[in-house]
Amino acid sequence: MSEFQQQALELARQQQAPDWLAPLRTSGADQWAQAAWPTRRTEQWKYTPLIPLQKTWFNRWGEPDLAQAGSIDWIDPEASRLVFVNGRFAADLSSNDLPAEVVRFAEAGPEQRALIEQHLGQVVDSERHLFAALSNAWTDDGVLLHVPAGQQLSGPLYVVHVSTPEAEPTPAGQRLLIVLDSGAQASVVEHFASTADSQSGFVNSLTEVVVGDNARFRHCRVHLEQEDLIHVGGVHVNLGRASHMNGFTLAQGSRLKRIDYQINHRGEGAELVLNGIYLPRNRQLVDYHTNVEHCVPHCTTSETFRGIIGDSSRAVFNGRIHIHPDAQKTLAELSNKNLLTSDRAEVDTKPELEIYADDVRCAHGATVSQLDPTALYYLQSRGISRLEAEVMLSFGFINELLREAPEPALQAWLRRHLNVLLGRPEQLTRHLDTGIEDSLS
Amino acid sequence: MLSIKNLSATVGDTTILRDLSLSVKPGEVHAIMGPNGAGKSTLGNILTGREGYDVTGGSVEFDGKNLLELDTEERAREGIFLAFQYPVEIPGVSNMEFLKAAVDAKRAHHGQEELSSVEFMKLARETCKQVRMDQAFLKRGVNEGFSGGEKKRNEILQMMLLEPRLCILDETDSGLDIDALQSVSDGVNAMRTADRGFIVVTHYQRLLDYIEPDFVHVLAKGRIVKSGTKELAKELEAKGYGWLDSEVA
Ligand SMILES: Nc1ncnc2c1ncn2[C@@H]1O[C@H](COP(=O)(O)OP(=O)(O)OP(=O)(O)O)[C@@H](O)[C@H]1O
Ligand SMILES: [Mg+2]
Repeated sequence: MSEFQQQALELARQQQAPDWLAPLRTSGADQWAQAAWPTRRTEQWKYTPLIPLQKTWFNRWGEPDLAQAGSIDWIDPEASRLVFVNGRFAADLSSNDLPAEVVRFAEAGPEQRALIEQHLGQVVDSERHLFAALSNAWTDDGVLLHVPAGQQLSGPLYVVHVSTPEAEPTPAGQRLLIVLDSGAQASVVEHFASTADSQSGFVNSLTEVVVGDNARFRHCRVHLEQEDLIHVGGVHVNLGRASHMNGFTLAQGSRLKRIDYQINHRGEGAELVLNGIYLPRNRQLVDYHTNVEHCVPHCTTSETFRGIIGDSSRAVFNGRIHIHPDAQKTLAELSNKNLLTSDRAEVDTKPELEIYADDVRCAHGATVSQLDPTALYYLQSRGISRLEAEVMLSFGFINELLREAPEPALQAWLRRHLNVLLGRPEQLTRHLDTGIEDSLS
Repeated sequence: MLSIKNLSATVGDTTILRDLSLSVKPGEVHAIMGPNGAGKSTLGNILTGREGYDVTGGSVEFDGKNLLELDTEERAREGIFLAFQYPVEIPGVSNMEFLKAAVDAKRAHHGQEELSSVEFMKLARETCKQVRMDQAFLKRGVNEGFSGGEKKRNEILQMMLLEPRLCILDETDSGLDIDALQSVSDGVNAMRTADRGFIVVTHYQRLLDYIEPDFVHVLAKGRIVKSGTKELAKELEAKGYGWLDSEVA
């Protein structure tokens, strides 16, 4: 066992979790203890060394100063939200009256508890996802959203995870379980934020979603933490018959940021749209691994990821769509486009289609390009500075995906924060998406 | 206002402009005609500071300044505008945002206050009407999916908003239907004032019926081989370029 694995187990022992979570925690700890620690030769971690994690000594859980986290710029201040700071629930920062469909594990009633026991750790395959095993081992709280059959969550639910630095590095586990019964509808935004200070923590986040038959699920997950934070996270979804998921994700880079999406088409006729944007710069890293399993016929996947990779940063995109022999009449598209804005920026992209059915329509592709000199010249020939022209082209590259983010408040917020997203002064982004053209009739 | 003296330029090892001289005074319209590959677009590119060309000789002055020392964007803010032969698509950036950024940059350069969004929108809409362009084009990505003619109208829209001192139109008439040709020409004629100069590159005498030039030049093999009045354009239309070779030789 590696030193980090041992530390992590020691941290699990320090926790006080409800008894009913013990089976999950124990099996997680066992898997974690037995797992081989990834090396450069481990396919899943080939381009993303875990060294920053190994080099940090985590020996206690956080006791965050909740007041500090109040400075976070909420995406939609009016919407229902649960806020966690370094993994601890922050009641003062959360909405007073949450919808009845939402409960923390710590406060779950018997029926909710039964639902959690039924699904938690069941959507994710913790044999294949090492950090899911760790998440299981560390689960002492979390959020359950359960929308009963045919019902609709009244507004979007925001689950906000704030990181703040403490006297010594601290880990934080973040757990979300969403169960939409048949015909239910919900929109959820996961917002990973941090204070502006240099972070020393490690976030291990895991979201599991059961989308029932005919249910409709809108999901956004944005990772906007300060660049020293380590974040390993995963979103694992089972899609039921004729269900629909519209997913959007965005990540800025950090010392180590790795996000996995695992989506399983389990019922015929399920539809998935998954769009993602990654924006590493400085010396950051972002690694998105996505895997979509088409197990049954007549499902569709439309997956588009775009990255702008600047300075000396690095991005990894591994997108796999696996079409099983029974999954006839599958429609699947996977596109990954990368824009390198510096000579030192790097991307490793690998879109993979594995097709074992014969009657399917599938396409996949990846491109890596640089800022188009002709387009830059065109903008400059209109008096726009070189730097602003670069920002405009970068924005144009991701705008199509921003526009499709399923939550309007998030769209607007991201546009207001383009300077942060692109790491450029506000002066250079202010002409973009001002909404000026929306006021045209 | 513009004085090009003995300009020579190369791309890589290829010489494209040779000893080219041309001077444009305020209020004048100069038409440049000439065979494909003669260097007409190259001239526009060099005047706007496009990368990839080496000026190997000669000088270009604009309003007394050494133009060749300025960056592309500085030239634009000083009042040089090139309507592109092939306007560039910028997907994902709305025309409106692009236009406002351009106008703001120019105004800032001249120490003027920025227009408010409302003021700018009003201006953009009025200008759209003048070039008979639907306002829907303001919302779309810059030239994104525009037809050839729509792109050319968009160039004229930009020109009108930026109010340049020197307008260079590179085959703005190519690919235009008759109505579009009319509105583009109307746009140009509306901007013909005593303090503004034009260089109009075209292959077709017909444009010059709409936009009457003061001078017509023939550019061939990188130099101006003949200059005259609009009668020269008619002569070219009738005879082609062949006869010039013998005359020059
Ligand atoms: N970047 C470049 N690399 C190589 N050759 C170039 C480049 N730019 C221009 N040329 C060459 O220079 C010559 C002049 O080109 P230019 O585009 O200026 O011609 P033009 O007079 O505008 O022609 P047309 O009427 O067809 O538009 C051509 O032979 C062209 O191939
Ligand atoms: Mg040309």
